[in-house]
Amino acid sequence: MALLEIRDLEIAFPARDAGEGWLPVVRGASLSVGRGEVVGLVGESGSGKTLTALAVLGLVPPPGRVTAGAIRLSEEGGGAADLLALPPGALRRVRGARIAMVFQEPATAFNPVYSIGFQIAEAARAHRRISRGEARREAARLLDRVAFPEARRRLDDYPHQLSGGQRQRAMIAMALAGRPDLLLADEPTTALDVTLQAQILELLDELRRDLGLAVLLITHDLGVVAETCDRVVVMREGRVVETAEVEELFRAPAHPYTRELLAALPRLEAVP
Amino acid sequence: MRRGLLQRRRGTVRALDGVDLKVARGECLALVGESGSGKTTLGRCALRLLEPTAGRVLFAGEDLLALPAGALRARRRRFQMVFQDPYGSLDPRQRVESIVAEPLAIHTDLGRAGRRERARELLAMVGLGGELARRFPHELSGGQRQRVGIARALAPAPELLVADEPVSSLDVSVRGQVLSLLAGLRERLGLALLLISHDLAAVERLADRVAVMYLGRVVETGPTRELMTRPLHPYTVSLLSAVPVADPRRRRRRIVLAGEPPSPLAPPSGCPFHPRCPIARPRCAAERPPLAPAPGADGEWERAVACFYPGELAAPGKMRQEAS
Repeated sequence: MALLEIRDLEIAFPARDAGEGWLPVVRGASLSVGRGEVVGLVGESGSGKTLTALAVLGLVPPPGRVTAGAIRLSEEGGGAADLLALPPGALRRVRGARIAMVFQEPATAFNPVYSIGFQIAEAARAHRRISRGEARREAARLLDRVAFPEARRRLDDYPHQLSGGQRQRAMIAMALAGRPDLLLADEPTTALDVTLQAQILELLDELRRDLGLAVLLITHDLGVVAETCDRVVVMREGRVVETAEVEELFRAPAHPYTRELLAALPRLEAVP
Repeated sequence: MRRGLLQRRRGTVRALDGVDLKVARGECLALVGESGSGKTTLGRCALRLLEPTAGRVLFAGEDLLALPAGALRARRRRFQMVFQDPYGSLDPRQRVESIVAEPLAIHTDLGRAGRRERARELLAMVGLGGELARRFPHELSGGQRQRVGIARALAPAPELLVADEPVSSLDVSVRGQVLSLLAGLRERLGLALLLISHDLAAVERLADRVAVMYLGRVVETGPTRELMTRPLHPYTVSLLSAVPVADPRRRRRRIVLAGEPPSPLAPPSGCPFHPRCPIARPRCAAERPPLAPAPGADGEWERAVACFYPGELAAPGKMRQEAS
């Protein structure tokens, strides 16, 4: 059974003029992520891909709401929980411990007035009963794990003292603190230079291999998808239009929109 | 247009450290590099939007840095800039046709009706015809706004456009259209283009020649196709190998560089790239390699590279071919 299954998800926002009801911005979206699988969620701005991921963790920004559908997370002992039906306390236990998220802008994920070591340790302690000292050691271990340079020395650095690449690594370390099974990564490398992007994608691949981490990778970059994903889900204007194994998607795209996306790519021909 | 030695210092930071570049009439030269490479700074110095600390910027043989304000303003009609942010670079309180007409008021003698007509012609040239001219920027999409920026830049009939990351803020599916527009305009108008970009696909589409920058210096130059198929500088090789290729069958081993570009506050000794270079040797830390000419594929001396061991780092794709 899949680790995460989204079924017929609908997310809507209230219409601007009162009395006109709700406008759906995500409609009938269904997708799944298996254990240890990397699934690419692809679409342009406004396709609904980010909202879909936010819905998994109950983070759809108000006044938007999930108005239909189910999101099932398989449980340790068998069976599955519908995340949309969970009370707040139970959902908090899922966030971080089973599913974690990293965002495009690492600067906004961190609290600017606390050191990164403090925040990562705090994340670890939120999910496990460990002492402050142990949590601090764990924070250093996590930073090492994400190849953050000189982790021990820099635990007390503040977010603004880090470079973009370092912040992104620190954010991934913080996401791993709760030992999640699934990572939702929303455009994690879009804001990074291409050589940094290569490093971060390689890191995610390592984590997948070593920790069995599943990843839902949200991106508009089909090149990234081709290099890292097992399966791809294509969204357009709030709907899923195609789902396929990565090789098949590129070899024989079924939906006209997917074909358009592939055709529109300015491709690098010359690289051997 | 030729630039001499440019050094820009604020405190102890050298944003540009001895750069020489040429853009020929009608040619497209791409400046490629990552954050901190100095490519945006160089683009702005070229138009004297920033004042370099030393060196010359020669446009059609005349040093822009030596001109007084009035003369500089008059020259400005010959070179224009297209900015990265199509949202921030347009006045939100002006209608599109008025935004495009403004340079005409500054640089030409056209009357109001003449300016309006010319603005509409320019907008048509970039594919924004009809009633779009009366809209405000917030009523347009990102791609449309970028086209407005291009039309505005073309208004004074310049000979050179400096385009700073012209498509980076746009959705992937729209980028191709704007790139095609720029390519078409170049051909039609014989424009020279200085393209600043970290997007190698855009560079391949538009540029005749490429200059690769790292930490304020040019490390390699050459004709586009040749530089991309036969990169000589290890940084260029790594950069090219890092670009994800939209073809899952070609998941190749990449050169993943360790660490990050050093801070320009504390540049490394010798070659600035040596701490991250996969083939660095003792000489690289001790001496700074000059940008020296290198033979091109056909034996012509069109390439230059700043490395003591150019061409020795093989691209991973090639390695795989040799193995099989």
